[in-house]
Amino acid sequence: MYAQLVKTDGHGVKSLDEMDPQERAFQERIDDNQKIEPKDWMPEGYRKTLIRQISQHAHSEIVGQLPEGNWITRAPTLERKAILLAKVQDEAGHGLYLYCAAETLGVSRDELLAQLHAGKAKYSSIFNYPTLTWADIGAIGWLVDGAAIMNQVPLQRCSFGPYSRAMIRICKEESFHQRQGYDIMMKLSAGTEAQKAMAQDALNRWWWPSLMMFGPSDADSVHSAQSMAWKIKQNTNDELRQKFVDQTVPQAEFIGLTVPDPDLMWNEEKGGHDFGEIDWAEFYEVLKGNGPCNAERMAARVKAWEDGAWVRDGLNAYAEKAAARKTVTQTAAE
Amino acid sequence: MSKEWPLWEVFIRGQHGLAHRHVGSLHAPDAEMAVHHARDVYTRRNEGVSIWVVQAKDITASAPGDKGPLFEPSNSKVYRHPTFYDIPEDVGHM
Ligand SMILES: [Fe+2]
Ligand SMILES: [Fe+2]
Ligand SMILES: [Fe+2]
Repeated sequence: MYAQLVKTDGHGVKSLDEMDPQERAFQERIDDNQKIEPKDWMPEGYRKTLIRQISQHAHSEIVGQLPEGNWITRAPTLERKAILLAKVQDEAGHGLYLYCAAETLGVSRDELLAQLHAGKAKYSSIFNYPTLTWADIGAIGWLVDGAAIMNQVPLQRCSFGPYSRAMIRICKEESFHQRQGYDIMMKLSAGTEAQKAMAQDALNRWWWPSLMMFGPSDADSVHSAQSMAWKIKQNTNDELRQKFVDQTVPQAEFIGLTVPDPDLMWNEEKGGHDFGEIDWAEFYEVLKGNGPCNAERMAARVKAWEDGAWVRDGLNAYAEKAAARKTVTQTAAE
Repeated sequence: MSKEWPLWEVFIRGQHGLAHRHVGSLHAPDAEMAVHHARDVYTRRNEGVSIWVVQAKDITASAPGDKGPLFEPSNSKVYRHPTFYDIPEDVGHM
């Protein structure tokens, strides 16, 4: 998902009997659905895994602004522009909530950003695809935010208090994202032949990358069991992917678009859709940095960070000066 | 790397005359900017009518380990709750 491939720290899932008393008490609190707060004792593996997961999630929100930001100046109407601006601003907020949640685990935001800029941290593979037409903005809201919501809703119940609270805020804000995207797709699908073709083309290009957002199939996701025991992951990748397909296919049908999968078929027995095999080779290539836009995204982030340095430093200098002046005035008055 | 802006905790009073409630944190160079950032980050949808910010380092918190000694003494004082007292129904609402 936004955190697609989180390496879990821990050595296989221990049973309660194998744990020392402290760890056992910790696990029992989690089993009892109690929240873990930053100052509570926690196993190092739990802390490290969460830092990785939350920061991947945060990086995804921030990098995710880039493909959409690409269309802010070219939105077809002033209203669409204002909407897109508000959506992209929300994503910045989501990134900030999440960095702050990660910081409660004893890592600084600058450290996390440094890891991202050095290419050592992951973010969702989805943001390494280009936004070629206005319809891509519709497809992203509908599919990408739709997939994100599917993952984020259960994360509201995650065991770590600050992460859970950040997810609650984020989920409240997300639903408008998906609806504005679908709204764009609806408009285009009801438009001219060219507009309809543009919408279909966007769906063709975003469908498979959206399914990849849920991460590797359960058979290959080695880190799930421990994360599920810690309740920092609630559903398996395949469960959520299935839910997403079942939810989205009728929405595509409703606006007369075709999901680009010849194997897609309703399976009465399982009460869900069967669908084709995902190109996992492509998924791992994009994660490794070889997607169509990885280099461009990283370059844009690093440039933004470097170009903003003088502002951050300047405001620091101003704050220090103002504080010093205040001390002088106070001393003089005494 | 240049110096990181300090961390602030943000408290917001919602629309309904409630107490300020902790909503999250953010980085800012000084208190004035922290209020501006809090406006942008935490009140994009009319979530508040008033903002407090305080530097995270200035907050003193009870330690999780002290939970027992701090809060247990009140557990035995059940007579602090109205339900402790049996008032006959005939007395009416009290
Ligand atoms: Fe988001
Ligand atoms: Fe997003
Ligand atoms: Fe979103």
